[in-house]
Amino acid sequence: MIEGRNINKFFGDNHVLRDVSCTFHPGKTNLIIGQSGSGKTVLMKCLVGLFEVDSGQVLYDSRNFSAMNIEQRKEIRQELGMLFQGAALFDSLTVEGNVMFPLNMFTKKSAEEKIERVNFVLKRVNLENRNKLMPSELSGGMKKRVAIARAIVMNPKYLFCDEPNSGLDPQTSNVIDLLIQELTYEYGITTIVNTHDMNSVLSIGDSIEFIYQGQIWWSGNKEEILHMGNKELNDFVFGTELTKRLRK
Amino acid sequence: MLRPLSTLGSYVLLMRRVLTKPQKGKLFWQQLFFEIDQLGLDSLGIVAFISVFMGAVVAIQTAYNIDSPLIPMSMVGFTTRQSIILEFSPTVICLILAGKVGSRIASQIGTMRVTEQIDALEIMGVNSANYLIFPKVVASVLIYPVLIVFSMWLGIIGGGAAMMFSKLVSMHDYIHGIRIDFEAFTIFYALTKTIFFAFIIATVSGFFGYQTQGGALEVGQASTKAVVVSSIVIILFNLVLTQLLLG
Ligand SMILES: Nc1ncnc2c1ncn2[C@@H]1O[C@H](COP(=O)(O)OP(=O)(O)OP(=O)(O)O)[C@@H](O)[C@H]1O
Ligand SMILES: [Mg+2]
Repeated sequence: MIEGRNINKFFGDNHVLRDVSCTFHPGKTNLIIGQSGSGKTVLMKCLVGLFEVDSGQVLYDSRNFSAMNIEQRKEIRQELGMLFQGAALFDSLTVEGNVMFPLNMFTKKSAEEKIERVNFVLKRVNLENRNKLMPSELSGGMKKRVAIARAIVMNPKYLFCDEPNSGLDPQTSNVIDLLIQELTYEYGITTIVNTHDMNSVLSIGDSIEFIYQGQIWWSGNKEEILHMGNKELNDFVFGTELTKRLRK
Repeated sequence: MLRPLSTLGSYVLLMRRVLTKPQKGKLFWQQLFFEIDQLGLDSLGIVAFISVFMGAVVAIQTAYNIDSPLIPMSMVGFTTRQSIILEFSPTVICLILAGKVGSRIASQIGTMRVTEQIDALEIMGVNSANYLIFPKVVASVLIYPVLIVFSMWLGIIGGGAAMMFSKLVSMHDYIHGIRIDFEAFTIFYALTKTIFFAFIIATVSGFFGYQTQGGALEVGQASTKAVVVSSIVIILFNLVLTQLLLG
């Protein structure tokens, strides 16, 4: 379980996160949704420590992450995988090199064990026998899947995904969403997904935090979200022509 | 006045993260050999080309400037050797390398920054500054002295070749000249400078790459800044080191 308690974050005068408290549960896909610029990425980066919070706390299974120094955080970092908005594959390494990187860095496994693990996770994301390709030779969806493979290769307890399907067509998006959800259920991972895609919300929204102008405006799940009276939430949920018509 | 100071402060802070023991020795060695190849051996061609022509020009100019019959023609060899060892090879070649290697380091690391690859490293618990910059620093400090000694040889040979073809000075005089009063200290002086310059190029360019924020445009700016600032710092240190070592 990951908890954020009264998190505040400023960039200069810009008060980006306002007293955000939220809880993310293990074995569930926890969504953070909201408009572009509402603070989703900043919240996620605060949770993983890429940004320092100005006040408030982040707790990983009751361990106070915010109070730790770099050395102490390393332990938690190794239990944590993250999928970045642009995949962030290392462009000098092959698919295999990318996925194997955390194993090389942090384990003492033998070469055979490592390659076996890499092939296992690559198979898991449906990318068998692409080991020797370079990131520049992959499509956007494939890059995302390699990045997922890299994020789960160390068996993380916590998985963060920043807009896993930005830039992908709806079908590929759905494949990626379902893959993330399957992995979450299979390994009991505490998964947090940033998204502004209502398709994702309705298909994998086990638990949802709606963030509006830097505040948690509404929390719930995919069953509840279509029947709320909240104006800001409805503006977000029924923001497109398609959904407006369907609603009528 | 404050901006250069705060930049210097950030540089020092970054260096404290860079100059530490690598997390995983085996990966470090792999990268070190890779960087020696990328940052050093890959520049052999340009270093050779510039050194030969530079040596030739220095020798020709010296020969034309000696018009007094009282000065022996062996002075051409002597002067060429001194200029090349003391100044041309260490300083000019390092300035060229600041352009070639500095822009490469800054744009490579800058691209990794704007595409979140550095964040990806940090998330895993990797000290990204050390992982990315340290092998480049060590590789530069090891390989630049080799490049510079190579450049000295070629510069002196280039001078000889120019004399041979132009017949301004006989080979006998030129070779005699390059042997006059040779002091091993000049090589020590040149290589000390080189090591400083190598460190400056790798760390300054690494710093500007690492600090990049934004996108492709900013990566280009970072790489320009890396070249300009490392060249300026090299020129300043050249004066300071010369004063300290020869003064
Ligand atoms: N590094 C930064 N420095 C200064 N301000 C920032 C920084 N990162 C984000 N912000 C500001 O924080 C606010 C929230 O940005 P954030 O990236 O979290 O939005 P988001 O919800 O992820 O949007 P999107 O859906 O477009 O990715 C914005 O006003 C942005 O200008
Ligand atoms: Mg975002």
